[in-house]
Amino acid sequence: MVIMNESTPSSPEIAAKVAKPEAGWRLTYRRLKRNKAALYGGYFILFLVLVSIIGPYLTGYDPFQVDYSTKLVTPSAEHWFGTDHHGRDIFTRIIHGMSITLYIGFSSVMLGMLVGVPMGIISGYYGKTIDAVMMRIVDILLAFPGMLLAIALASVFGGSINSIIIAVGIWSVSHFARVARGSTLAVKGLEYIDAIRALGASDGRIIYLHILPNIVSPIIVQATLRIAISILIAAALSFLGLGAQPPTPEWGAMLSAGRNYLFDYPHVALYPGLAITIVVLAFNIFGDGIRDAFDPR
Amino acid sequence: MERKALLRVEDLKMYFPIHGGILGGVINHVKAVDGISFEIYEGETVSLVGESGCGKSTAGRAILRLEKPTSGKVFFKDMEITKIKKKQLRAIRKNMQIIFQDPQASINPRKKLTQIIEEALYINKIVPGKDRRSKAIELLETVGLGKHQADRHPHEFSGGQRQRIGIARALSVNPNLVICDEAVSALDVSIRAQILNLLKKLQREFQLTYLFISHDLGVVRHISDRIIVMYLGKIVEMADKNSLFDNPQHPYTKALLSAIPVPMPGKKLERMVLAGDVPSPIDPPSGCRFHTRCPFVKDNCKTEEPILRSAENLKDGHMVACHYFLDL
Repeated sequence: MVIMNESTPSSPEIAAKVAKPEAGWRLTYRRLKRNKAALYGGYFILFLVLVSIIGPYLTGYDPFQVDYSTKLVTPSAEHWFGTDHHGRDIFTRIIHGMSITLYIGFSSVMLGMLVGVPMGIISGYYGKTIDAVMMRIVDILLAFPGMLLAIALASVFGGSINSIIIAVGIWSVSHFARVARGSTLAVKGLEYIDAIRALGASDGRIIYLHILPNIVSPIIVQATLRIAISILIAAALSFLGLGAQPPTPEWGAMLSAGRNYLFDYPHVALYPGLAITIVVLAFNIFGDGIRDAFDPR
Repeated sequence: MERKALLRVEDLKMYFPIHGGILGGVINHVKAVDGISFEIYEGETVSLVGESGCGKSTAGRAILRLEKPTSGKVFFKDMEITKIKKKQLRAIRKNMQIIFQDPQASINPRKKLTQIIEEALYINKIVPGKDRRSKAIELLETVGLGKHQADRHPHEFSGGQRQRIGIARALSVNPNLVICDEAVSALDVSIRAQILNLLKKLQREFQLTYLFISHDLGVVRHISDRIIVMYLGKIVEMADKNSLFDNPQHPYTKALLSAIPVPMPGKKLERMVLAGDVPSPIDPPSGCRFHTRCPFVKDNCKTEEPILRSAENLKDGHMVACHYFLDL
């Protein structure tokens, strides 16, 4: 009945979700501070990084020194976490393994991000055929059970730390591509992209200076959560003997070695297992926290 | 009076495919703009009016080639811009700028004011690098913002101020044609008047030509020289402002104009109320698109499509797309 009834629609909702004009980093940090669990998760990760750097100099044992006279000692004041079947101090090995674990986590996610994010942005920005082709590739990657894919890739690349980084990294690519594509589509629809296009900006300029900065937050959230998953998958691969090889003090490999003594000397498997759990948990809590801080709905 | 057409639009069509089915093929089209032709002369303000979904904004975007038109031609200063390559297009883009409706979404929230303007200057190499900042500040002052605000971020400004930023950005590259896509619709009434007056002032100062897209007839009456009325992707009437407001011919235009509130209490309004809703642009009515809601509909309206035509008793350039406007 009403002839001219055009309200004044606006799209602050999408804008708020992706670009968040008012937010900025300071506000994000303030929100993160309010979420105590996430904040302590973050501090704990910093602590872990610190330990992985200076810890190895403080423990007083050699992680590779085989000494059968102290074989399978239960936890004591001398050996906090006991010793393994070769008489090596488990605490020392866990501390040394920390840097390996973090290295695997960070590098595989970095690899996934460096490949996946540009893929996602290009896919979302150009659309059409490129988008269809890339997203089908991503679909195929996602259709594989993650573990199976990682096993397959790790066995192709051979057993080493770098090969699991590649395997887990390739698997992360699809997830980053998805997130980047979705965010790109949302930002691309905003009017300031049209405005800058109307000014004659090149595609590269639009992508690099106007889309990328506005999709960082969902990507950071994704990266934090992916680190946790990558660490878990990497440990599992090493457990299966596809990743780090003995005597590397990698936690998954240590867990695997400890499973033979599970009933008589449970501490050999217990402590590496606990270490994996705690690190993964810390990244997960921190990831959830920054997701809430970036995107308070 | 021979005037030069700055922009000429010929049979412009913009269809959006609808994907569906198992294989995701194209099953239909949204015919947002379905063959419109008009001209805009240098220095004038032409308004494109119509209700939501009639294709007026899409027409604006297609003219700027923010969307690639399905068919038809757009000539800017006698150069056809519908077919040219991306690279050539970028080089001439600065001649045609756009001001958007939503001042929230139309500026990158992560940039400072000067950065926004300076980027526009940089892309089109308007001034040498060392003068860029002073030129940006000069532009901000032209649109009524102060030098002290130059290094702030967009979220520190109100809607009206942000719209000024958008205007400064559009002006920074010395355009000939500025498309104002509902540029004042999101603003308060008082701010709206300020921005409209600013646009008028800038038009005189910079010899701008405006294509003003709006649903607000009050605004349109205030600013335009000529008005084009659109309905469901087609032009139904086109005339200069006075003949359109004083002597509307098309039934749809009449209905539109009768909906403008009159600031005179007690005055009896001859309100012409249309029944029903706008039909879907996916499957528009045959014949005259308005026949489903027209109070004067006759049989051949349903089959024959009316063309834009003039008549003796109408002023020059007044065109109407209706079979029976002379009899109404």
